[in-house]
Amino acid sequence: MGTNRRIFLKNTLLTTLVGLVTSSSLLKWGMALANTWPADLFNAKTVRDALGGHEGSASSDIVLKANEPAENGAVVQVTVESALPGIESIALLVKDNPHPLSAVFLLGPGVQANITTRIKMSRTSEVIAVAKVGDQYFSTTKEVQVIVGGCGE
Amino acid sequence: MASNTIKMVVKLHGTVASIAAIMNHPMETGFRKDPKTATIVPAHFIEEVVCTLNGTTILTALWSGAVSKHPYLSFHVQDAKAGDVVALQWRDNTGDTDAIETKIVG
Repeated sequence: MGTNRRIFLKNTLLTTLVGLVTSSSLLKWGMALANTWPADLFNAKTVRDALGGHEGSASSDIVLKANEPAENGAVVQVTVESALPGIESIALLVKDNPHPLSAVFLLGPGVQANITTRIKMSRTSEVIAVAKVGDQYFSTTKEVQVIVGGCGE
Repeated sequence: MASNTIKMVVKLHGTVASIAAIMNHPMETGFRKDPKTATIVPAHFIEEVVCTLNGTTILTALWSGAVSKHPYLSFHVQDAKAGDVVALQWRDNTGDTDAIETKIVG
């Protein structure tokens, strides 16, 4: 890795961080998401608290897919998809985990609402995805069976 | 700064780019007990992943320790073309970071 590239990456990182802090993109998870990493949401113990009260209305426009039954709760692949236009952010929660909020995705220009990641689940639980569109929140819930819980990893 | 922890694959399908990345990271929740020492392994996980296309942030992922070890992330972005630069970086709760960038091949 050359010096120039390091400097480039460093500058990119700085620009990105400054951009994030100054743009409203970080305010997109309710108003609670004011800091870069919303500790209060991630440390919340209930779904409602983890969403800052924005649980959203159930919508068939949000689709949650998971590999199930998940043999190993330490690695459960989930995909959130939606054709709704204007999705600003998506929160992914596992209701029965010690801390339900697993991930929040802030979508920038041109990003399609079709995101895949792998999460840990302590046991069989409802997995919840909530999408924010403007001032509205839409959610979907899917029960995902877990054979061996994954919080020990 | 961590290095060589990220593997990223970017593929162009017409004008849509699929971006997939795996990051080498323990993603310790802070709840797990080390079976040998019977002590709690301190939390050590990626809090933030930022992906940019030609310098513009296209996706920010805020994560907890509930994202699996060696996290995987994939998504799609429109209006991409060959030669565009995709960069991805992570920052964990200890302040450690790593970054990678790649040019989209047509």
